[in-house]
Amino acid sequence: MEAVEQINLIGLKDEKPQPAQKIWKHKHILDLDDFTSEEIDLVMQTTEAMHEILSRPIKKVPTLRGKTVVTLFYEASTRTRSSFELAAKNLSADISNLTVSSSSVTKGESLIDTLETMEALGADIVVMRHPYSGAPNLASKHVKASIINAGDGWHAHPTQALLDMYTMLKHKNSIKNLKVTIIGDIIHSRVAHSNIWSLTKMGADVTICGPSTLLPKGMDNPQPYFPKVNVTTDIDKAIKDADVVMGLRLQLERQQSGLLPSIREYSRLYQITEERLSKADKGVIVMHPGPVNEDVEIASTVAHGDKSVINEQVTNGVAVRMALFYLLAGGSRNE
Amino acid sequence: MNKSMLIKNGRILDPAQDLAITGDLLITDGKIKEIAPDVKNIPADCTTLDAKGMVVCPGFVDFHCHLRQPGFEEKETIATGSKAAAKGGFTTICCMPNTEPALDNKATIDFIKATSASEACIRVLPIGCITKGRKGLELADMGELAETGVVALSDDGSTIADSRIMKQALEYSLIFGLPISDHCEDAMLSNGGQINEGIIATRLGLRGIPNAAEENVIARDIALAKLTGARIHICHISTEGSVELIRNAKKDGVRITAEVTPHHLTMDEEMVLDYDTNAKVNPPLRTKKDIAALISGLKDGTIDIIATDHAPHTENDKLCEFAVAPFGISGFETALGSLMKLVHNGDIEIHLLLSKLTVVPSKIIGSKFGKLGTLNQGATADITIFDPDVEWTVDTKEFYSKGKNTPLNGHKLKGKVMATIFNGKIVYKDNSVKLGV
Amino acid sequence: MAKKVIMTEADIKRTIARISHEIVERNKSTKNIILVGMRTRGVPLAKRLASNIESFEEMKIPVGILDFSLYRDDISSQDIPLVIKSTDIPSSVDGKVIVLVDDVLYTGRSARAALDAIIDLGRPLSIQLAVLVDRGHRELPIRADYVGKNIPSSKDEEIEVRLTETDEMDEVAIIPKPGREG
Ligand SMILES: [Zn+2]
Repeated sequence: MEAVEQINLIGLKDEKPQPAQKIWKHKHILDLDDFTSEEIDLVMQTTEAMHEILSRPIKKVPTLRGKTVVTLFYEASTRTRSSFELAAKNLSADISNLTVSSSSVTKGESLIDTLETMEALGADIVVMRHPYSGAPNLASKHVKASIINAGDGWHAHPTQALLDMYTMLKHKNSIKNLKVTIIGDIIHSRVAHSNIWSLTKMGADVTICGPSTLLPKGMDNPQPYFPKVNVTTDIDKAIKDADVVMGLRLQLERQQSGLLPSIREYSRLYQITEERLSKADKGVIVMHPGPVNEDVEIASTVAHGDKSVINEQVTNGVAVRMALFYLLAGGSRNE
Repeated sequence: MNKSMLIKNGRILDPAQDLAITGDLLITDGKIKEIAPDVKNIPADCTTLDAKGMVVCPGFVDFHCHLRQPGFEEKETIATGSKAAAKGGFTTICCMPNTEPALDNKATIDFIKATSASEACIRVLPIGCITKGRKGLELADMGELAETGVVALSDDGSTIADSRIMKQALEYSLIFGLPISDHCEDAMLSNGGQINEGIIATRLGLRGIPNAAEENVIARDIALAKLTGARIHICHISTEGSVELIRNAKKDGVRITAEVTPHHLTMDEEMVLDYDTNAKVNPPLRTKKDIAALISGLKDGTIDIIATDHAPHTENDKLCEFAVAPFGISGFETALGSLMKLVHNGDIEIHLLLSKLTVVPSKIIGSKFGKLGTLNQGATADITIFDPDVEWTVDTKEFYSKGKNTPLNGHKLKGKVMATIFNGKIVYKDNSVKLGV
Repeated sequence: MAKKVIMTEADIKRTIARISHEIVERNKSTKNIILVGMRTRGVPLAKRLASNIESFEEMKIPVGILDFSLYRDDISSQDIPLVIKSTDIPSSVDGKVIVLVDDVLYTGRSARAALDAIIDLGRPLSIQLAVLVDRGHRELPIRADYVGKNIPSSKDEEIEVRLTETDEMDEVAIIPKPGREG
C-alpha cells in the first residue's frame, strides 16, 4: 500500500522516457554560469537516483564499466578527491589519481603536456583541481576528454554548488524563492561563486554577507556578467528569516594580507552563532562546504547542532558526482 | 632603386600643415619634392603608384614599443619587429629598454643603433633606462645615454616606486631636455592583479587591478613634474581618472604629455571573458566608460599621442593558465585597422587620428632625428598609404611579428595599410598594389 | 504502411486480468510476491496487476519501481542516456518472488539489465517476468513467464504501447519505424 502511494508521489505523468541529451548540452563541467535551469533540474533528478544506490548494501552499478576517470589535483584535498573517487568506483569506472605538487605550477610546467599524457593513458573524464582560476577552461580547449572542475582558484566549484543545492532540496520543497544567505570570505570563494550562479538560476533569493574587504567587486551593477544578489555587511540583517545559512571556510592568511584586523574580530563580527541563527526562519538549515574552522566562521555548537546538515553534504557529494559522471559519459560521445 | 616615385590620385592628408587635397605626391632622392592636384614635371625613371581611393599621409611614429632584442629574440627581433611595424604603416618606432641586458648604457644603445642600421627596414629610435638595470634604485648615466642618442628615458614595465628617486630623475633630466616616460602602476596596489578590478574579475575569479593603481602614480608624477619643471610623459593611460588628472595638470601648466594605445581605445574588459591570455595586458583593458573618457581626452588634446605598446610574446608564453601568462598585446599590425573603427563610428575625425600618429609624436621626439611626421616639401619621404574602407580579417599566421598574441585574431577590421615608404623606398606593399613606370 | 491496432482497451483489461490469475496460480500463494514495474510503462502495468490480484485475494501486493538505466550495456554505444529516476522497492528482495513487469519484450537486453539490477539489491527466491507483448527477435536467452500477447513483427516496425497513466489511452498498435516512411 505504501508502495502504491510512493508511485503516486513520483507522478506517473512525468514518467515518459526522455532522452537526457535533449536537455543536457555539456561536454565539460567548468562552472554553472552556462547551465540552464533544466540542466540543473536534470542533475538533481539524476542525483536522486544515485542517492538511492548509496542506500543499498551493494553500492555499485556497472554503468561506467570500461571508462577511465583520472583525478588531477594541483592542490591537496582528500575530501573532494575521495568523493569523486568513490563516485567513479560506484559506477564501476576505472580510476587513477595524479597528484601534482603546486610547486610545479609555479615552475610553469605545462598543464597541457600533463593532460596530453593523461589522454594517452585513455582518460575519458579528467577531474581537475587547480590553484589558478580558469585552468580547467584552458584544459577543456586542448584535450578530447571531458573536464570536470573540482575547484579552480577563486573561480568556481560547480560540483560543490550542485551538492549544496541537492542538500537544500532534501530539506526544502523547492529552490524558488528560498532565502539563502552565504556568509564569509565571498570574494575568494569559488564555492560561493558557483552557488550564486546555480541558486539564482533556480530562482532563490540570495544574500551575500561579509566584511567589505571580502565582498566581491562590482556587485552594485553586476549584470549581465554576474547574477544580482543582495549584498550586506550586516550579519543580523543577512540571517533574518533565512531558510538556508551557508558558512564558508576563512583562510587564515587573510589576516596577514591586511584584509582583516584579526581572526578574533572576524569571529566576533561574522561568526554564525546560535543567537544569530535564532532570527532565521524556524526551519533554517546550516551548511558549510568544509573543512570547518570551528568557532571561527561557525560556532562549534552550530556546526554540530540539529540545524546543521554539514554531514549530509558529504554523502550527497558522492551522489551528485555519480550523476555528473553518468551524464557526461552519455553526453560526451554525442558531438 | 628608383630615385623618384609618384603617388597618384591619393587623398593626401598631413595634419602638420593642415593639408587635405586629392592629388599627386612626388618623391625624389628620398625627399618630398612636390604635392599638387596634378604633378606635371615627372622625372623619366619615375615609379608610379596609383593611390586612388586611398589616404596618403606621413609615416606613423610609434613612441612606445618592445622589440625584445637583445635577450628575448624568440619573442621578436629588431628585424622582425621593424618589418611588422612597416606593415602597420609605421616608419619611426621608439623601442623600450626592458631588454636583457636593459638599455641603460652606451654599449647597449650602440647595439640597438648598429643592429637597426643593418637589419631594420625603418627608423628605430631607442629609449634608455631611467635607472640602472631598471631597478628603480640608482639613476642610469643619462648624459651618456643622451649623447648616444636616446629619444626618452623610461623604466617601462615598472614604476619607480621610490618617489625621491623619481624626483631626482626628473630634476637630472632637465640637463638634457629628455622626457621621462613613466609606466604608472602602484605595484603595492595592483598586487599581482590580472585584469581590471570589477565584475568581470569577480566572475572569472581573478585578482583585479584598481584604477587607482594607475592614477596614484600619475598624480605623484604630476606633482613631481610641477615641482621640478621637468618633462613627464605618461605611458599607456587606461582610466577615466587618469584623463582627468592629466587634463587638470595641463591646465596647470605642467610639462606633461600622455599616450594611449589602440587596444585601450577600442577594447574593453569583456575581451578576457573566456580567459583569453592574448587580451591580458598591463594596464588592463578597462570599461566602456573609460574608453569614452579616453576618446574625449584624445579630442581635447589631453592625450597627445597614440602609441602601440607593441609587446610581442611567443605562443607558448601565452599558452598557459591566465595568472602565469605574461602581459602584452602584439599591436603593430592591427593598430590602424583598430583605430579606424573610431573614425568609422564617428568618434573622432581622421585628421585628429593621424595627428596623434604623426606630427604630435614627432614633436615629442624633437628635431634631433630629422624632420619627421610631415609631408612638408623637403622632409624625409616617410609615407603611409592606406585604404580607409577595405575590410579584412586579422590572421596572425600572416603577421610579420613573431608575436601572434592579439585577441583580435579572426576579427574583422576596416582600414588597411597598402604601402609604407621609408626614406623614399617602399618597405612594405600589400599584394593588391601594382606599381607602374 | 499505416498504424494497425493490435489490442484495444478491452483487450488490455482482459489480458491483465488473465495474467493476474496466472501469477497467483503459478506461485500458489501471493504472500511472497513483489511486483516490480520496469520503468517506464512497466510501472502502471505492475500497479494494475496488483490491484487485480488484490480484488480476488485478501492481501495487498507490494509494488516497486525499477530503473535499470544504470545497468544497460549500451551506454557506450548508444548516444541517448535516459533521464534516470530512483529505484524504489518497498521492502528487501531477499527470499521474495520478484515479478518483473514490462510492456514489451524484444531483444531481451532490458530484461537482462533488470535482472542484474534486482540481483544487486539482494537474493530473491526467484525472479519471473511478465510482459504485455512479446514481439520476438531475442538477442539473449531470455523468455517471459507471463505473456499478454505474442505479436510477430518485423524489425522495421515498432510496437507502440499506450497506457492511460502515461499516454491518456489504452492501446497497443503496430506502426512503421519512424523515418522509414515516404
Ligand atoms: Zn608599460
